[in-house]
Amino acid sequence: MARAPWAAPADRFPASPSKSLFPYLFTAVFVGAVLFSLRAAQVDPRLLFEGGAMGNVGRFLRGAFPPRLSAEFLGLMLRPALETIQISVMGMAIAVLIGVPFGLLATSTLTWRGVLHERTTPRGRWGLGFGAYAAVRAALSVFRAIPEYVWAFMFVRAVGLGPFPGVLAIGVAYGGMLGKVYSEILENVNPRPLETLHAAGASRLGVILYGLVPQALPNVIAYSLYRWECAIRASAILGFVGAGGLGQQIELSMRMFQFDEVLTLLGMLFILVAGVDFVSGRIRVRLA
Amino acid sequence: MYELGGIRKVFASGTTALDGISLRVGRGEHVAFVGPSGAGKTTLFRILNLTLRPTDGTLVLDGTDVAALSDAALRGARARIGTIYQQHNLVGRLSVVHNVLAGNLARWSTLTALISLVRPRDLPGAVRALAQVGIPEKLYTRTDALSGGQQQRVAIARVLVQDPDVILADEPVSSVDPSLAVSIVSLLRDLGHESRKTLLVNLHSVELALTYFPRVVGIRDGRLFFDLAPDQVTRELLAELYEGHRDDERQLESLPDGKSTLGGACRPLPGFAK
Repeated sequence: MARAPWAAPADRFPASPSKSLFPYLFTAVFVGAVLFSLRAAQVDPRLLFEGGAMGNVGRFLRGAFPPRLSAEFLGLMLRPALETIQISVMGMAIAVLIGVPFGLLATSTLTWRGVLHERTTPRGRWGLGFGAYAAVRAALSVFRAIPEYVWAFMFVRAVGLGPFPGVLAIGVAYGGMLGKVYSEILENVNPRPLETLHAAGASRLGVILYGLVPQALPNVIAYSLYRWECAIRASAILGFVGAGGLGQQIELSMRMFQFDEVLTLLGMLFILVAGVDFVSGRIRVRLA
Repeated sequence: MYELGGIRKVFASGTTALDGISLRVGRGEHVAFVGPSGAGKTTLFRILNLTLRPTDGTLVLDGTDVAALSDAALRGARARIGTIYQQHNLVGRLSVVHNVLAGNLARWSTLTALISLVRPRDLPGAVRALAQVGIPEKLYTRTDALSGGQQQRVAIARVLVQDPDVILADEPVSSVDPSLAVSIVSLLRDLGHESRKTLLVNLHSVELALTYFPRVVGIRDGRLFFDLAPDQVTRELLAELYEGHRDDERQLESLPDGKSTLGGACRPLPGFAK
């Protein structure tokens, strides 16, 4: 007669899991890193209240209010605002064009690892598969590691002032981020449907179209929309190095101490970001 | 159809899932595999559908040793083997029609496959397959809106669209309730008969295996334990097969006494090699 599990004698507890030092070590390293950085980054709140610090802040605020809302100024700024949106949209278009193919190749479960590759010949697996994977991962790291600000600086040198270098900077830097995150989303889909398609003789592209994409699409779109929001902000900052848009206007107004204009421009930027957030939120709800 | 010689599979973790399985399965034959969980049946099926490479031994499919096949030839061989899994392995977000038409992927070009996602190709084929499994009205339903049993029917419809020579069903009824299990197993058997396909089924339920299959293979600890007609499978043999596996042993108590009466009723159809 099988004995019910709850009738097991009390002296037979499951062996307790081995004690690991990792949580303690991790906590110690984390606390240490914060303390070390506090010193090294010269964090000193007193500086905020010393000398003319507060006076300068006050000067900026007094100059900023009331914001400049004349019809003439607003009319002039419409174009830069539109340009900011255009830079972010085109930048994201390039980023997606880079991110999708790179992301697919950077997905280990597609290129060399896991259930789709149990029977792949060693040449296909380690030569073509892992080779492409490693090369693309490395490229994506480089795209991401260089800040979009630095990319813009380089592209301004290459193609001159204007929105185009901003577009290229966002495209490359964000392409790197999208590719990395796409590959992570793709690696985390349920592999069973993929195995089934693979077992039925589907090609790699067939597996991608009928197994991978339908599962991953909502997350891929949601993340891309989130990145678009970031791209609006980024395209404003890129204006500081001469890549057009609202950023360039903010920089000009700052330099001429027109803080009322700066406040107006920041307000416009806020409206843009909030608008994109609203639109992407609606799309995400529809997709869920 | 299949000739297995000394198939062994040792996983990277060091566990030996299969330890020398030799077996022949003729074309059009219906075979049920039984045995305790962890005996290696699922691993065996993954080797049979050419997704897993055995560590040792030979697998000959229709006279071809699959070890020597290139990646492209392997794809062609896989197209002739249809697999039904315990979990339905469908994409829940896709509508039923696309999950069913995915059975065409081995013969469709990538472009055709892409176009079909927008505007389904071979709609009559999908409708016919769904009608065969009894749910034609679910064509455009989102797959994750279906019940477990209906999803398993969609998985079978996909295999029908694929139209393979062999159907492998790995515990196809473990995740549906018992009354549905009977109807799905008999559906598989009837479909196999109609289209003269080889049918290999992994079954958790010994009763279903003995009732619906003319040949029952017992697997234990990665080895062949018996390979008999259902009326030769004795109670003692089954008790030995499942010894030490409490949950599985319990189902033997509910088996009808004596030899299975239904088992004798399903000899291979005339014209099918045993």
